[in-house]
Amino acid sequence: MKQRLMATALAAAMAAGPALADLTVVDTSYRTGPYAANGIPFSDGYQDYFTLLNERDGGIGGEKINLVECETGYNTEKGVECYEATKGEGGGALVYQPLSTGITYQLIPKATADGIPLHTMGYGRTSAKNGSVFKWVFNYPANYWDGASLAVTHILNQEGGDISGKKIALVYHNSAYGKEPIRTLEELAKKHGFELTLLPVDHPGQEQKSQWLQIRRERPDYVLMWGWGVMNQVAIQEAVNIRFPMDKFIGIWWSGSENDVKAAGAKADGYKALTFHNLGSDYPVYDDIQKYVVDAGKAAGAGDQIGTVLYNRGMYAAVLAAEAIKTAQEMSGVSAINSEQMRDGMENLEMTDAKMAALGLPNFGPEFTVSCENHGGNGYGAVSQWNAEAGEFELITDYYQSDQEIISKLVVEDSKQFAEENGIEPRC
Amino acid sequence: MFYREAGDFKTSYTDDSQTFPIRFDRYRYYAVLVAAFAVVPVVIDDYWVNAVFLPFLIYAIAAIGLNILVGYCGQVSLGTGGFMAVGAYAVYKLMTAFPEVSIFFHVILAGGITAAVCVLFGLPSLRIKGFYLAVATLAAQFFLVWLFNRVPWFYNYSASGQISAPERTIAGVPVTGAETAPWAAYLFCLVFVTASALIARNLTRGMAGRKWMAIRDMDIAAEIIGVNPLKAKLSAFAVSGFFVGISGALFFAVYLGAVEVGEAFGINKSFLVLFMVIIGGLGSIFGSFAGAAFLVLLPVLLKNVLVGTLGWPTDLAAHLELIIVGSLIIVFLVAEPHGLAQLWRVAKEKLRLWPFPY
Repeated sequence: MKQRLMATALAAAMAAGPALADLTVVDTSYRTGPYAANGIPFSDGYQDYFTLLNERDGGIGGEKINLVECETGYNTEKGVECYEATKGEGGGALVYQPLSTGITYQLIPKATADGIPLHTMGYGRTSAKNGSVFKWVFNYPANYWDGASLAVTHILNQEGGDISGKKIALVYHNSAYGKEPIRTLEELAKKHGFELTLLPVDHPGQEQKSQWLQIRRERPDYVLMWGWGVMNQVAIQEAVNIRFPMDKFIGIWWSGSENDVKAAGAKADGYKALTFHNLGSDYPVYDDIQKYVVDAGKAAGAGDQIGTVLYNRGMYAAVLAAEAIKTAQEMSGVSAINSEQMRDGMENLEMTDAKMAALGLPNFGPEFTVSCENHGGNGYGAVSQWNAEAGEFELITDYYQSDQEIISKLVVEDSKQFAEENGIEPRC
Repeated sequence: MFYREAGDFKTSYTDDSQTFPIRFDRYRYYAVLVAAFAVVPVVIDDYWVNAVFLPFLIYAIAAIGLNILVGYCGQVSLGTGGFMAVGAYAVYKLMTAFPEVSIFFHVILAGGITAAVCVLFGLPSLRIKGFYLAVATLAAQFFLVWLFNRVPWFYNYSASGQISAPERTIAGVPVTGAETAPWAAYLFCLVFVTASALIARNLTRGMAGRKWMAIRDMDIAAEIIGVNPLKAKLSAFAVSGFFVGISGALFFAVYLGAVEVGEAFGINKSFLVLFMVIIGGLGSIFGSFAGAAFLVLLPVLLKNVLVGTLGWPTDLAAHLELIIVGSLIIVFLVAEPHGLAQLWRVAKEKLRLWPFPY
């Protein structure tokens, strides 16, 4: 009885969906739960940029963007629910940015079957870089294996080129996300002769005493971290507690936002994190965001995240999506593109310095070209360091490339295995 | 009015002891079955299957399994998430090792494997009871999750530690993998739900169920009247594990398609299924369905109403959802400590007399 009542009510709720729009972009965000501290700024940035395009340019190519937000709480079951609920909205969603490696793994087969592209920027399945196997998945401009290699290269540079016999510990979120870099790090350990210690931290990551006790006992020379959400704050606090030298503690780009370090106070000064785009709000596009979005009262969320690291990243994701839409519109000659044309646009996306400057983001991100073989960019990144006094992350290196020799070998290996398991014929 | 029992005579013992002795109930039950098997598959789409029906059906099996252990046999278990993980990993290993065997048998075998594991972790129940047993099963929960994370053999040495279900078909129709048609996934799970409910119902009103209930109500008295506590308790663990294993297998293979053990089968899952059993009603098969429906469908419904219809911000809706579901649980349990099943029972008694209550 109860079930039937609910079903009727649910049907009524579903029938009253939002109005149709032409370019539907879905933001599967998480503003609640243990990962909200990182989910909120990313989502704000992602939404604000599309709002800016709607307000300032009237959308893209004359078509307004219909942004649909769906709360996943970083939970795969809710992620599936969100995907199914939104994929048909407004004539079909154009692209998904799940911001969760777990949900990405879930969506890769589903989105491939439905023909909707996924953009997993700097996360997700690394071997999706091989576009000839993963037709619908893109992870430009950099991926986890690039991150692992960039971190090791940074350590190499610091140690004067020789790290044989050094001990490096990896503190990682015990999930698909945290396990991604292990294979690359093992290869790099063989190549450079360092010793790798693996320290998993279970979801959600508040409990890390034993891992840091082990670090205190074994005194590794460097600690790398693959953390997300509350795990980052706890890890940095624990590192401060055991007085681990902060300049030898390097996080992946997902472990390097203001929210992660501020909790630990002044002692977190010197903590390092990778990044694949520039930091700060010193760009012309921020004036427009202030004028058209914030002052107009249309900012997403509380509007207090503008210019933070993850806000920038969310905005960068939106920039790349918008540029792909533009490319798709040019290629197909229609402004109301569908998801298939969107995929073609993403595969032919070309990001140049001139393009970024024209968007009001000069020198913000690396130059890269997407192709059928390469869905993952060129793996450029830089190291940023937390300045507690100024309260901001600062770039301390130039952009440099990851060890493509090792990574491309691993990508081919892993994607080949996936292709065999799933009977996929490589396209190019 | 609704229940016209006049003239509904029972002339044999079989008639008298059937599951739905009242004619109206019986017809309603047939109507639900016909609707579920013949009408729903024709009309459902991807969203209804993946967001509503599959989680409801799969959690219903898990709740039936746990209800046998907690509701009928009185052995508190907090290891449901871990046992679901056993089912999921068992079916994954079987699917990848023997691709030529039908997935249908793999799911049943996964249930069997889970039953064996469950019996193993049920051994402490012979010596400890109540909260102490809860702690012992909690250990099973953490141990199993740790094991599946730790030993690469279980996830076939994949780089991410995730398991993902390859495509498997029954009579040429895919039931797992991305190409699955909504009706196929739905029917596949529905068959298991129906079978589980029938088996559970008939077990619990037979000799086995009576033994379990005797143990639940007072184990010393049960022992004196001739119930073997070893057999009774372990059989409850085995049967419960079987159903929980099947639900875990379906949860992974049909519903999600890819899982990582810590996130999908964590302690939260154990609590969720336990709440379903408690809210639905301990010791009731209908209660398992009602509890699963309450905890699976209500959040989805609230989300659709708050975000879809009213257009509220998603974070506000997510927080409100927790508040509303939480307070409804309290209200329900204050109003009727025996769960939704008891509410339904009371309502039915009233309806049978209505409109002449005296």
